[in-house]
Amino acid sequence: MEINGEFLEETVRELRQYFRSGSTRSVTWRKNQLTALLDLVHKNEDAISESLYQDLGKHPVEAFRDEIGAIGKSATYSLSCVEKWMAPKKSDIPLLFFPAKGEVLAEPLGVVLIFSSWNFPIMLALDPLIGAIAAGNVVVIKPSEQAPACSSFLANTIPRYLDSNAIRVIEGGAAVSQQLLLHKWDKIFFTGSPRVARFVMSAAAKNLTPVTLELGGKCPAILDSLPNPSDFKLAVKRIVGGKWGPCSGQACIGIDYVLVEEKVSSHLVELLKKIIRRFYGDNPIESKVISRIVNKQNFTRLCNLLKDPLVAASIVHGGSVEEKHLFIEPTILLDPPLDADVMTEEIFGPLLPIITVNKIGESIEFINSRPKPLAIYAFTKDETLKRRILTETSSGSVTFNDTMVQFLCDTLPFGGVGQSGFGRYHGKYSFDTFSHEKAVMHRSLCLEIEPRYPPWSKFKLEFLRLAYKLNYFGLLLHILGLKRYK
Amino acid sequence: MSSSTNADEKKKESFNAEAASLLVNNLRATFASGTTRSYEWRASQLKALIKLCDAHEQQIIDALYSDLAKPPLETVAYEIAMFKNSCKAALKELKRWMTSEKVKTSIATFPSTAEIVSEPLGVVLVISAWNYPFLLSLEPVIGAIAAGNALVLKPSEIAPATSSLLAKLLGEYLDNSCIRVVEGAVDETSALLQQKWDKIFYTGNGRVGRIVMAAAAKHLTPVVLELGGKSPVVVDSNIDLKVATRRIIAGKWGCNNGQACVSPDYIITTKDYAPKLVDSLKAELEKFYGKNPLESKDLSRIVNSNHFGRLTKFLDDEKVSGKIVFGGEKDESKLRISPTILLDIPRNSLIMREEIFGPLLPIMTVDKLEESFDVINSGTKPLAAYLFTINNRLKEQFVMNISAGGLVVNDTALHLAVNTLPFGGVGESGVGAYHGKFSFDAFSHKKAVLYRSFLGDAPVRYPPYTNIKMRLLKALVGGGLLGIIRALFGLS
Repeated sequence: MEINGEFLEETVRELRQYFRSGSTRSVTWRKNQLTALLDLVHKNEDAISESLYQDLGKHPVEAFRDEIGAIGKSATYSLSCVEKWMAPKKSDIPLLFFPAKGEVLAEPLGVVLIFSSWNFPIMLALDPLIGAIAAGNVVVIKPSEQAPACSSFLANTIPRYLDSNAIRVIEGGAAVSQQLLLHKWDKIFFTGSPRVARFVMSAAAKNLTPVTLELGGKCPAILDSLPNPSDFKLAVKRIVGGKWGPCSGQACIGIDYVLVEEKVSSHLVELLKKIIRRFYGDNPIESKVISRIVNKQNFTRLCNLLKDPLVAASIVHGGSVEEKHLFIEPTILLDPPLDADVMTEEIFGPLLPIITVNKIGESIEFINSRPKPLAIYAFTKDETLKRRILTETSSGSVTFNDTMVQFLCDTLPFGGVGQSGFGRYHGKYSFDTFSHEKAVMHRSLCLEIEPRYPPWSKFKLEFLRLAYKLNYFGLLLHILGLKRYK
Repeated sequence: MSSSTNADEKKKESFNAEAASLLVNNLRATFASGTTRSYEWRASQLKALIKLCDAHEQQIIDALYSDLAKPPLETVAYEIAMFKNSCKAALKELKRWMTSEKVKTSIATFPSTAEIVSEPLGVVLVISAWNYPFLLSLEPVIGAIAAGNALVLKPSEIAPATSSLLAKLLGEYLDNSCIRVVEGAVDETSALLQQKWDKIFYTGNGRVGRIVMAAAAKHLTPVVLELGGKSPVVVDSNIDLKVATRRIIAGKWGCNNGQACVSPDYIITTKDYAPKLVDSLKAELEKFYGKNPLESKDLSRIVNSNHFGRLTKFLDDEKVSGKIVFGGEKDESKLRISPTILLDIPRNSLIMREEIFGPLLPIMTVDKLEESFDVINSGTKPLAAYLFTINNRLKEQFVMNISAGGLVVNDTALHLAVNTLPFGGVGESGVGAYHGKFSFDAFSHKKAVLYRSFLGDAPVRYPPYTNIKMRLLKALVGGGLLGIIRALFGLS
């Protein structure tokens, strides 16, 4: 189908009309759509797995854990909560305004645009969609063209399950994205890189469109010396899981690099090698357990990171690449130069730099001298260190003694700060991000307060002073003429 | 009021991008030192703001009188008192706001505990407006301080006396290493907007709002934009007309002579009811402002000749000639326009296409009141919308179908004073909200924190991946203890 300006204009117009008809406002519609989405996911698990394998070489278990299962959980949770979220929230109104009633009512923003990225191409399209539907909006999803099988799957399957009057998938690359951005949206939800995010937000500014930007950053893992060897081993296991487990390091909340005290660094490297071998075998490419690099461009980018001679010299494990299958094996770098690209840019790949410090507390300054990441991971039992990390660093989120799992928690907001983005979602936050919280105040026409109105006088001024202080007793005295005023 | 001296000119001239960059760097260093993080610092600044109001009330009244001829009572009631109230409420709640929020975790991350920690964004920029130049500068500042940020305030140059006073008083009362005021106009604002801020809070119009957001986009800076719009008032019949009229007048002319973002912009009522409404408005207006409202000391003047010209153009539009049923008097030398009512104006007249922001009140008439919803929804979403009625069904329909920043039934503008309600726009009327805790939240990052332990590691997470692990994983992620048990026993 040709995606040209006319087609997009028609699409947006139709969606806006459908939204205006009010069909997406009812709790029935929203629940039906969420149920249909669950149906879509359950009935097409194999097709989704297959698409993810085609696009990224994802193993079915990884596909389930990170995408299919996560979406199912998210949709189920929203289904059970949507009615509660839709109910108006009462606000307390001071006695002064009696009789009055105040509430905050969530209403859909209208026509929303979701840009999803290629690394979790199913989840990052459908998870925001869940929020947009729960909040009663109509939606256009623009999946990433870098994951074409998944994009195609979404474009073909969504219309079979969901209300096509309200939810459309538009495929294409940068040109289509640019055309989409020419239109007026009521909200844009973007997952991707800071570079493209700037472009999206600039376009949104033309229409004062609110945006949520889910970006990334260099997510560090601080590994403290843990006295108990089995704790240390568990920590390293989780680090391996958190680095190469999600899409071979191509994840916004994946571990980018590790900070560790110099004295335990060699022990760490040994353990890492052991666990990598246990998880991925002696020949990781044959294990078919690790995803591949998404495309030639990123493959070349990652290879180039290793070409820097000082970086190459810091390789202590791995480093081999296989261009035909776009595969890079799990690679560990020990103290690469801090000004090399591998330490100044988000890696987004299977290279793990280990940065050694003298005392683990120095990690904090290290992290703070860099842009705020989407997540900080810290393995430690030291309560002082935990507190310092919490109060002295800033990141989208902090997870202690594990990696990645925070994204499974529906009660925690998922989003960045600074260069890692702004806005948040998951659970009720998804609903909120696609809603306008409308303040509503009800007053009655009886019970008037005369001093609200001119002509002004000293009496009225004093009345208003006391009123603002909610000094009801003083007001009473004032009205009865028993209070002195200036 | 002393006029600008050469020294002042030089100082203003030199505030270019370089100076702005230096300022931001200084504030960033101070922020990094942790000064603004403590409860003590935040409370001390809020207390200082209250002291500032108490000690300089007359000067504030004078500045606002100079800038807008704002009646002293309006200044005291709507700028100072409301602001002090907010400060005190913030002081009272600050500890609670600063406390992290514990949240429940599910079986998917068992065992774990979680919380949401509020942290300051860093160095923020507050750009304020000219119509409530004191309140709209300092109310956001409460939020910025309460949340623990360092900040720059850029007051509006269109209210120069207040701008000057704010620069002086904030310099005297607040911690200058963390809080600064930059005065100036377009050049200075542009210099500021070129810098990287952790948040920008802007109050003003949509045109400049777009410029602010575009500048913010370059640095991926989140924004709050408090804009405006045409806030409509739908007036039903069968109501206590006198009370309704007075409240409309209070919200319109009683708020800076219509120059307020939540002022009733225009009225929609039925053709039958309009004459009654007009009569009631005329009667009450006379009671409020006397027989010569153009001279009334209880009304603000128009802020400057630019806006005076803008408002005059509305009246000169030939589509509204003959529609003025009350007022219409102007005095250019004093920048005054008397309360003016226009009846039965056509939808395509200039006055119905733009936000009025002045003392002109057009009344549109419809056959059935339900038609008013279409009229309102055919325009851009306003900051506020008002309805006067005793009909509960109409109230329900209004609340459900009218999208605006905030709605008030049977009153106008009052929701501004209720700090348990979020105050902000939607669509053209803005992005984000503030007041009360919403101010604190607007200037905070809510950091998600998950605590896991070294107990309980589910091998299902890790390769090698087996069928059993797949089954168990499905049960784990899908939730449900039963599912997990079944999977463990190979029953699923």
